[in-house]
Amino acid sequence: MNKTLLILKREYLTRVRKKSFIIMTFLGPLLMAGIMIVPVWLASLSDVTERRIAVLDETGWFAGKFESGDNLAFDYVYGDFEEEKQKVMLEQFDALLYIPRPELNIPVNAELFSKRQPAMSMRSYVRNVMKTEVENRKLLASGIDPEVIKSSKTSINIITIRLGEDGAESKSYTEVEVGLAIFSGILIYFFIFLFGSQVMRGVIEEKTSRIVEVIISSVKPFQLMMGKITGVALVGLTQFLLWVLLTAMLYSGFVLLFGPDKLGSSAEMMSPATGLLQDQQITESQLAGSNTGEIFEIIGSINFEVMIFSFLFYFVGGYLLYASLFAAIGSAVDNEADTQQFMLPVSAPLILGIVASNFVVNNPDGPVAFWLSIIPFTSPILMMVRIPFGVPLWELALSMTLLVAGFVFTTWLAAKIYRTGILMYGKKPSFKELLKWMRY
Amino acid sequence: MIFFEARNVSKKYANHLALDKVSIEVPENGIFGLLGPNGAGKTSLIRIINQITAPDGGELYIQGKPLGPAHISQIGYLPEERGLYKKMKVGEQAMYLAQLKGVDKKTARKRLMEEFEKFEIDSWWNRKVEELSKGMQQKIQFIVTIIHKPKLLIFDEPFSGFDPINVNLLKAEILQLQQKGATIIFSTHNMASVEELCEHIALINASKKILDGKVAEIKNSYRTHTYALELEGMQKNIHEILPAGIEILEEEKENKRLKLKIRTQATDDSNDLLKLILPQAHLLSFQEVFPSMNDIFIQCVQQENANNGTSGGLS
Repeated sequence: MNKTLLILKREYLTRVRKKSFIIMTFLGPLLMAGIMIVPVWLASLSDVTERRIAVLDETGWFAGKFESGDNLAFDYVYGDFEEEKQKVMLEQFDALLYIPRPELNIPVNAELFSKRQPAMSMRSYVRNVMKTEVENRKLLASGIDPEVIKSSKTSINIITIRLGEDGAESKSYTEVEVGLAIFSGILIYFFIFLFGSQVMRGVIEEKTSRIVEVIISSVKPFQLMMGKITGVALVGLTQFLLWVLLTAMLYSGFVLLFGPDKLGSSAEMMSPATGLLQDQQITESQLAGSNTGEIFEIIGSINFEVMIFSFLFYFVGGYLLYASLFAAIGSAVDNEADTQQFMLPVSAPLILGIVASNFVVNNPDGPVAFWLSIIPFTSPILMMVRIPFGVPLWELALSMTLLVAGFVFTTWLAAKIYRTGILMYGKKPSFKELLKWMRY
Repeated sequence: MIFFEARNVSKKYANHLALDKVSIEVPENGIFGLLGPNGAGKTSLIRIINQITAPDGGELYIQGKPLGPAHISQIGYLPEERGLYKKMKVGEQAMYLAQLKGVDKKTARKRLMEEFEKFEIDSWWNRKVEELSKGMQQKIQFIVTIIHKPKLLIFDEPFSGFDPINVNLLKAEILQLQQKGATIIFSTHNMASVEELCEHIALINASKKILDGKVAEIKNSYRTHTYALELEGMQKNIHEILPAGIEILEEEKENKRLKLKIRTQATDDSNDLLKLILPQAHLLSFQEVFPSMNDIFIQCVQQENANNGTSGGLS
């Protein structure tokens, strides 16, 4: 049996049998499912407790303006302020809204008394009602009919339609794409760090347990390094595929349980998080208008084959690029605490990739996006961010080719540091010494 | 018959020379001691023999053929810096290391079972290495080193970490391996075990070989013509009997017995000396005292360092 294969097998088996791997495998999909299910579940627990609010309006401007709804019931009271406040203390009311006579002519202050912290929704409702009323009165005072203003308000809905090479039109949905882009970028980042540092820790383990010299008397250091890197890569892929599988199972189980309608509303609830990146209000108002069917249409419009293929390619490529560098760092030090100074230059491009992804989603075809998605050190993250928006084939091909060239280069470089580093004990090397090792 | 030969092997690290044209010849089926102070270059040479690092100059041969990748499976190496995967089970780990040396799965299992039984550790097969004591781990390490039945065995400080009982077990095991035909290179500071086991040695100091040859011959060439004798019923003062030129190094009286250690001139004949003594006392024992390897080692290294003007032999 090929010795590299033997090493690969050991690296793989010892890792997938670890408790932490098994826990992560089940926890990952549960977390993902949780993100989708919890909002729906919370929404189903509709707030049934009704709050009674006494309104003491000394201005008289808001008579009949506060309308009782599902959760809030307003009672207008006309008693003494202190007396009414006492009623709140006695829990005859949940809260007292006190609108004092203003010093100037316009009431802009109100006080809300309650024994418990009033809900955010209660406060914002009161504020909105008062704001609208005061604005309307101001408009009337200036001789403008508020109805005119109301009718002049317009909601613009832009439907983006992408023209394919053959002129075919397809609806595109930017919000979902932004979400997907950021999500896959972060996932790549997370995978590279998670499994790259596993390689590093594995190398340090071999070095500190002093088994490395026994092993490299049987195999070449390069074989040991590559066996470890590929073994851990397979662990990563296994984890990812298990996540996809388990998430799909949980998802379909959920659909059976609640029906697709609820899923639609959960997607709606998730969307504001996506919208944070853009103008939140627009996203919210647009999504409020979208229905369940449209969300499914959006998900259907994404080319998942391309997404999954590129994800796998950029995960493996990006991982290979960084894993050998992580292996080199591991070989240069005696314990994990000493890795800090070497980690910085290695993790900087990855962090840059995550930071830049926010700019790239806003301008996925700009020069920053182009260059960062071509340069191998950032391309695994940023090309994944760009792919949902559509990337010309030649750019994708160039980026992938350079990534392959990149990891061949870093592996070659790292192997030189690695083979010297694993036999060096005791002192923490400087960057200058690492350069020297490369020339041995 | 020479099994392994190194000819003018040099190794240079960034700013120091680890080996300076070192040549050694290891006879087949012998136990060869590679001696030297810390940092002299022993481990560098051993790593070169194991093809962990490449030499910058010189040639290496095993049975007359240039050392190459094919020889890896014929060499068993127990490094001074040794260890095992702590979280892995003993049996699984031994299987893995055996397979890395090119032993197939079935044979590896069979041989490991035999060895585990011999060392009485077969109950550890499914235990994790971290649960074992250091001495237990060393046994496993030793088994793994010999499991592929190598023709050349290299032990770097093999006895460190073993208690005296296990040291003896290990010595017996090493001698048995020699009987079965293995050639053994043995690097150590423990001079007592060198005298006990090695037939040939090479002494390396400050990257250079300064002494090599058969242990018996080396000792002979470093003889100081010192004798130890034990007498009973001595009538006269010993100082009056011995001729001038003979130095009394030690003198110890115990009841009627007299223990002496004397150094003679190289030209003196021990028979003449006895003729002087025998009429005066009853001779209980008479033995030439050879310098220990320890003394030779220290003497050689200090002399060499004095010549080079270096201190301590540390690189």
